Amino acid sequence: MPSTTTEAWFAVAQIGVLLVLLAAVHHPLGAYMARVFTSPRHLRIESAAYRAVRVDPDAEQTWRGYLLSLLGFSTASILFLYALARLQSHLPLNLGFAGFDPAGAWNTAVSFVTNTNWQWYSGEAAAGHLLQMVGLAVQNFASAAVGLAVAVALVRGFARSLTDGRVGNFWSDLVRANVRLLLPIAFLAAIVLVAGGVIQNLLPHEAITTAAGGSQDVLGGPVASQEAIKQLGTNGGGFFNANSAHPFENPNGWTNMLAIFLTLMIPFSLPRTFGIMVGDRRQGWAILGAMGALFLASVALLTWSELAGSGTAPHAAGAAMEGKETRFGLGASALFAATTTLTSTGAVNSTHDSLTAPGGGLAMFNMMLGEISPGGVGSGLYGMLIVAIVTVFLSGLMVGRTPEYLGKKIGQGEITLVALYVLTMPLLVLVGTGVSAVTGAGLAGPLNTGPHGLSEILYAFTSAANNNGSAFGGITSGTPYYNTLLGLAMLIGRFVPIALVLALAGRFASQPAVPASTGTLPTHKPLFVGLVGAVAVVVVGLTFVPALSLGPVVESLS
Amino acid sequence: MTTEGLAPAPEGATGQQAGSGGRPTTAASLAALWHQSWAGLRVLVLLTVLLGVVYPLAVTGVAKVAFPWQAQGSLLTADGAHTTSRSDAVGSALIGQGFGAIDEDPQWFHPRPSAAGDGWDTLASAGSNLGPNSPELVKTIDERRAEVAAADGVDPASVPPDAVTASASGLDPDISPAYAREQVARVAKARGLSEATVRALVDEHTDGRSLGVLGDPHVNVLELNLALQKLVGSGS
Repeated sequence: MPSTTTEAWFAVAQIGVLLVLLAAVHHPLGAYMARVFTSPRHLRIESAAYRAVRVDPDAEQTWRGYLLSLLGFSTASILFLYALARLQSHLPLNLGFAGFDPAGAWNTAVSFVTNTNWQWYSGEAAAGHLLQMVGLAVQNFASAAVGLAVAVALVRGFARSLTDGRVGNFWSDLVRANVRLLLPIAFLAAIVLVAGGVIQNLLPHEAITTAAGGSQDVLGGPVASQEAIKQLGTNGGGFFNANSAHPFENPNGWTNMLAIFLTLMIPFSLPRTFGIMVGDRRQGWAILGAMGALFLASVALLTWSELAGSGTAPHAAGAAMEGKETRFGLGASALFAATTTLTSTGAVNSTHDSLTAPGGGLAMFNMMLGEISPGGVGSGLYGMLIVAIVTVFLSGLMVGRTPEYLGKKIGQGEITLVALYVLTMPLLVLVGTGVSAVTGAGLAGPLNTGPHGLSEILYAFTSAANNNGSAFGGITSGTPYYNTLLGLAMLIGRFVPIALVLALAGRFASQPAVPASTGTLPTHKPLFVGLVGAVAVVVVGLTFVPALSLGPVVESLS
Repeated sequence: MTTEGLAPAPEGATGQQAGSGGRPTTAASLAALWHQSWAGLRVLVLLTVLLGVVYPLAVTGVAKVAFPWQAQGSLLTADGAHTTSRSDAVGSALIGQGFGAIDEDPQWFHPRPSAAGDGWDTLASAGSNLGPNSPELVKTIDERRAEVAAADGVDPASVPPDAVTASASGLDPDISPAYAREQVARVAKARGLSEATVRALVDEHTDGRSLGVLGDPHVNVLELNLALQKLVGSGS
């Protein structure tokens, strides 16, 4: 192993490479996305599609209509995926795998439709190529597009006035996000990934004789096409059990960087889209600033934790290499772990269960922030805007004025919706963890004992309620108990916040715009950026400190 | 103009003041949701054709033409040559495989410990998932350290971390350059080669960081062992 100082310098260099890449796409991609979602023109192929399936892409929907279309689409998606998983044994390209059991199919259907991609099954031993391609990969696209649609609807709410709550057209947003944004980037990325060594074929898994005369199965599958959208759409559901640690998903150092870049490119470019759409780019810079500051702080701390390598096992081994791949090493593993938990991705290139205690705690804390720095595709922006509204509200309380954000008054109705949003996720995490920590079915899950066992349960519910999907993988979650409960956590954790955000968007869109006065808090200055970051951290701290203390904090101190 | 997929009819009442008053009844909302689910299913079918069939098949087609070796799994023959035929292959350059027991098969470079199934099982990729303070993991690491040090004839304290820890995938194809160098003397002796020859082979198969900064330096165990085998084969 290289010395820790060398490792640290290379870790910093990798972060530098990432920042350069993200800076290069921020402006053009942000502007492109603004055009995609504001252009009145449909592509010819889109118009044909709308006619074929008889939906009207031009009707301006109220927030309720928008929400109903979104829920309708998601309901159909869950039922379709459930059926596909249950009936797998009767479908072609199933590689001989059986259908999923009811609880398992429910969990997987909800998991992929909610952009969570929590996986109780092992891909190479349970999911055939057809289920992966036609079922899971499609939802990798669609769930990301749904997140984008909601974010764009909220931004329209800020940008519009006196529209009777009309926030756009869900079908148009859904189709455009897929056709004009996700599909072209994913296609290019998939080809590049194949060049790097990610496999792409429709062959079955097949045994061969190894160099030393043993037997090993050569794996097949359309992996690159799924891998590209898995990262780009902040989904994270691995084709194989080992996810991005698997050499066929992530073969080398530069595919690893590409995966991280794909994950962050849309979430970090959306603030630009937001700034353009609300007609004040400085507002976008402020949101980006808050996201970026939290991101860098978290990456730095997680990298430091893994390089320092505290804990009895890393000490015994000489470094925290348990659960990490040689080709990535500590730095690239820590950067990936931070990226995946700060977005709603949940792909992993190391086993988070074996991260150092502070590293694993940070991964959890990242998700508990609500995945806002920069967060999932779409969900990160609307999550961060919610925090910005809370910040404006708190600041308003301090000076005794009616708070407003981007010319919209934050009244009682608005702040009620925001408060419900902020409470939903912690409620799911703490109730789910609490119940599982005292019931037999819940306690049957963890692999590790003591505080690390509690961490495994806490991580599972944090991951599910935030639609992340990564895990402390030691937990045995493929039981009816966990499949059902985590499925519920994912479903509620996705659609209740979405409904609240759309309701908020509707209220803003129907309000008149209030001109800024001397009493208006400027929301584009560094002071505001700092306040937003502080509010995000304090809210999480107050909510989760007791739970974190019993898990990762105790582990770190022991 | 068709109106399916439009904002549902009952919300006309809410048009005047969204968010307060005039809410549609539950029954009306459920009827509208049912209606929208049908529209959703039609859109889903269309997206499934595009994203679940056309897209992966297009990528497969391009991959097959442009990068056939990688698309098939970077397979190697016993000579270390690239192949796309599974029947000619002894493994994948990207997937680690077992080379017997550390104490019984000194003629091979050994990979890291594997937690995939019973070891190197590609149908069960996994790490150990043991926590950073797991007594079980500490015990296993200590045992591995003793075993590796004995086999390689080195001081236990000098055994590098990757030699005593299981990777995340259980299929890690690489070891650290330090662990490869540690094994040189043992392998050279077992193969009747000079240490310098084997060390040169290790250096030749040591890959640096991608693009100079990404990831960590590593040595591909299968490629190294195949090159070793080839060397012995041609020499005898």
